[in-house]
Amino acid sequence: MIPRLSPLTQIHEQMGAKFTTFGGWKMPIRFGSIIEEHHCVRTSVGKFDVSHMGQIFLDGNDAEYLTNKLVSNDVTRLKDNQAQYAMITDHQGVILDDTLVYRNSSDSFMFIPNAGHDEEMFLRWTHFRDEWDLDVAIKNSTSEIAMFAIQGPIAVDSIEALSSDTLSDLKRFTTTVTTIAGITCTVSRTGYTGEDGFELLLSSNDAVTLWKALNFPSCGLGSRDTLRTEMGFLLSGQDFNHQTNPRNPLEAGVDFTVDLSQDFIGRDALLGLNPKELPFNFIGFSLLERSIPRPGSAILNEAGEKIGLVTSGTLSPTLNIPIGLGYVPPSYSSIGDPLQISIRNSLKPAMICSTPFINL
Amino acid sequence: MTFSIPPDRQYSKSHEWVLVDSNNALIGITDFAQDELGDIVFIELPPLGEILIKDQIFGLVESIKAVSDLYAPLSGTILDINSTLEAEPEQVNDDPYDSGWILKIELKDLSEIKTLLTADEYGDQTN
Repeated sequence: MIPRLSPLTQIHEQMGAKFTTFGGWKMPIRFGSIIEEHHCVRTSVGKFDVSHMGQIFLDGNDAEYLTNKLVSNDVTRLKDNQAQYAMITDHQGVILDDTLVYRNSSDSFMFIPNAGHDEEMFLRWTHFRDEWDLDVAIKNSTSEIAMFAIQGPIAVDSIEALSSDTLSDLKRFTTTVTTIAGITCTVSRTGYTGEDGFELLLSSNDAVTLWKALNFPSCGLGSRDTLRTEMGFLLSGQDFNHQTNPRNPLEAGVDFTVDLSQDFIGRDALLGLNPKELPFNFIGFSLLERSIPRPGSAILNEAGEKIGLVTSGTLSPTLNIPIGLGYVPPSYSSIGDPLQISIRNSLKPAMICSTPFINL
Repeated sequence: MTFSIPPDRQYSKSHEWVLVDSNNALIGITDFAQDELGDIVFIELPPLGEILIKDQIFGLVESIKAVSDLYAPLSGTILDINSTLEAEPEQVNDDPYDSGWILKIELKDLSEIKTLLTADEYGDQTN
């Protein structure tokens, strides 16, 4: 299959980026050192091309109703220009994708599916719009919109300096439309690194111009992954995957995105679950020996019985120790509990840690 | 991007370099290999005295995103291991041909040396 391309692909190639295919997109994994890119975001600012993220626009009298039926959170609570983190679940309550839902105005919404999920979610919204005969226009604009994440402790000041407006007073999970270096952008005070910063949405026609004007170090998906892993944030397709690693929001530790007073698809299945009797909990752990836990590695108890599965792992560049995320039964999920991780047929001692792994 | 390929040593197709000194050889991975791997965070090696067999896996190099096997470019017995790499595996990224050397072996069969690539031949392979 031919990969989908960011409007910045040529620029990244000229910069000597190494690429990976992620969710069907050819995206830069690193420009130089993942560890240096990571430190850059933790200590100053870095720019990420996240144009692989989807954008679905919903306009019409029933945009709110339809969206509230299809995500786990209560989107009716969103004021104009606010965003909310939510899960998209199936009838069994299993997560299909996680997303940010934005309200632009009373009858205008946008949401951001993950790489490779835009068409699936466009079809899902369209299917239920038609089934319920609702008044909402649905548009998948993923290919026309570029998305950048500017993250780090000086990200806000750095972007504000290039903007025609004051941006430092923009609250977390809110958006505004402004110009940055002369380019019209929707600016959202959100991110996936744990650091302060913005995500910018703009026409893909303007992507090269704005990217060049943002005179910050380029960072790839490699450091985006190490940064989010340090925060214990879920990666769609990996920490949950509808086919290969089906999880509901309670198991995945994102019950704060679930509002059971709302009648969304999947709610009834989740209502039937006892949160105290879940088969698995999503946990963080650190390895006590130097090695790297990788997705798919088995988690064992001290007695050597297989009890769970690693879904993410890396060396934490901030802590310089190996860390991982995965699922184990609740009886093993207290902070400090000992585990063993199977890595290439040898068992490495590990310990359950609280997440985020780092204090920002 | 051009990678450093010092002419004073020989190379394997699997991107190890060899610096032969009479019966002994110093072994590491090439500049091209370290660049492909990215930040190296862990190197797993057999203990001193272990015997390497040419073209067989003897260890691995782990970077943030990838794991890569190490193949023995020549057969021999491990005489020395670069213990610095335990605490500072990034030496392999920073200086793959000098402070980032990986191990030293006593060669078992000197005739194997002629199977290795010259710097020019290795350069043709990586370009």
